[in-house]
Amino acid sequence: MRKIKEFIIEKLILICGLASIFFVILIFLFLLKEGLALFKTINPAKFLFGKNWYPISEPGQFGILPLILGSLLVTFGAAIISIPIGVGCAVYIAEVAPLKVKEILKVGIELLAAIPSVVLGFIGMVTLVPWVKNIFHLPTGLTALSGSIMLAFMAMPTIVSIAEDALYSVPKTYKEGALALGATHWQTIYRVMLPAASSGILAAVMLGIGRVIGETMAVMMITGNAALIPHSILQPVRTLTATIAAEMGEAVVGSEHYFALFAVGIVLFVLSFMINVTADLFLHKDKR
Amino acid sequence: MRNTQRAEKIAFFFLFLATLFIIVPVGLILAIIIQKGLPAINWQFLSDIPRQGMRAGGIFPAIVGTVYLVIGAIIFALPIGLMAAIYLSEYAKDNLLNRMIKLAIVNLAGVPSVVYGLFGLALFVIFFKFGASILSGALTLGIMILPIIITSSREALESVPYSFREVSFSLGASKWQTIRHIVLPNAIPGILTGTILGLGRAAGETAPILFTVAAFYLPQLPHSLFDQAMALPYHLYVISTQVPNVDEKIRYGTALVLLVMVLFMNLVAIVIRYQFRKKKKW
Repeated sequence: MRKIKEFIIEKLILICGLASIFFVILIFLFLLKEGLALFKTINPAKFLFGKNWYPISEPGQFGILPLILGSLLVTFGAAIISIPIGVGCAVYIAEVAPLKVKEILKVGIELLAAIPSVVLGFIGMVTLVPWVKNIFHLPTGLTALSGSIMLAFMAMPTIVSIAEDALYSVPKTYKEGALALGATHWQTIYRVMLPAASSGILAAVMLGIGRVIGETMAVMMITGNAALIPHSILQPVRTLTATIAAEMGEAVVGSEHYFALFAVGIVLFVLSFMINVTADLFLHKDKR
Repeated sequence: MRNTQRAEKIAFFFLFLATLFIIVPVGLILAIIIQKGLPAINWQFLSDIPRQGMRAGGIFPAIVGTVYLVIGAIIFALPIGLMAAIYLSEYAKDNLLNRMIKLAIVNLAGVPSVVYGLFGLALFVIFFKFGASILSGALTLGIMILPIIITSSREALESVPYSFREVSFSLGASKWQTIRHIVLPNAIPGILTGTILGLGRAAGETAPILFTVAAFYLPQLPHSLFDQAMALPYHLYVISTQVPNVDEKIRYGTALVLLVMVLFMNLVAIVIRYQFRKKKKW
């Protein structure tokens, strides 16, 4: 009797172990199921490189190039802000900060990671957006720049915590060796620790960027949502994620518009899949 | 020599500056929301339904909706996540399958939240015909927090020393008995931490519930799993972008309630982890 019970439990455990694979495949299949229907009527090249996103005009135009460029612009801006600050902060926490300060900083970073994106979006709307408007004398503060700044704060916790782990896992002997040769602490960090942790830091940056590309609510609330090809970072843009979030509520199930939004979802899924797999490769490079 | 020391001082100053650039805004965000949100908080705000097109009254249905969603998500995700963690830490061998599971978890964690929303819409709302309902939303959120629960539970299980298992085996216990009576009890704080972090994440996410459950304005409590419901994060989104002329106090108050809920759960998780590390005897 006990043997049977244990057999069942162990099979159940195996099934649950496989659940993650199952769910990833299920997500992809359902995105494909709904999204691929679009390409019966729309040419895939026209979808990816079309310059016009007018989903409710007659006939609808579904070119996501402005959305892709919007996502890239916002992500690029966020990366420029968050990478130096995030990596710098990680080095500070891992190497420079005294133990007590370190604990407090780590809690602070964790809390930043926990703030819901809709709250960050709200705060961005009421503080950052008016600032950007006034500083640059723009007709509206809802711009790609505002989005980039807010998203940088979402990327930073990811970058800091993973980069810090990477620095932490550099063998102590490396550091001791460098110090014993007379290098200063900074020289050790700069010449020994950072190169040794480089693949982990790269993974941290990629995962941070992955988080930014996938971010939805804050972006939707502060980038202005104009589906036009952006010419400057001070213009309103619309990202892939915001398009889905903003329009799915009104799209009729089974319409071209509905399928198109799922097709955008496929693009996002594939993007995040590639980023995560690459980052994972970098993370495990050293361990082998 | 002096140059290198000066270089070090300058470098460390910049590192410190980078840290300030993160910490100061976090402090500011919290300070602003607390300062402007606190005046809105009173018993009526927490216990009343929204009135006058959400321009007055309270946020009670949104709080209740979020609580239901979070509980539903955890009921779904905890058993699966915990068993998956047991599989990875106790049963899995270092082979291709194991590697694929880990990769799947990483990817599940990286799927954009709005894509979870699409998935929930396609699978639960339309394919299973649950409609926009608490059930659909909770299941969607449950899948989303699965990687958090698996990862932290696995870490907790793996941190139980192997010698504990050996002693149990040597006393004649079977593998499952060992897991059930030796490994799991010692891993509970870590599992709890992961569960609470998952709860916090589920409570704060908006995009996955946009099309699976969230009701724009529904001034009553949900009666069954198949009802739509309001939810705090969506409510904050709605009153700050979709409804004009909402009193700022109500917006800040809603943001504060959501923030306190999420941060409180995270702090509890941090404290449990901290206590656990301090007490750990091995």
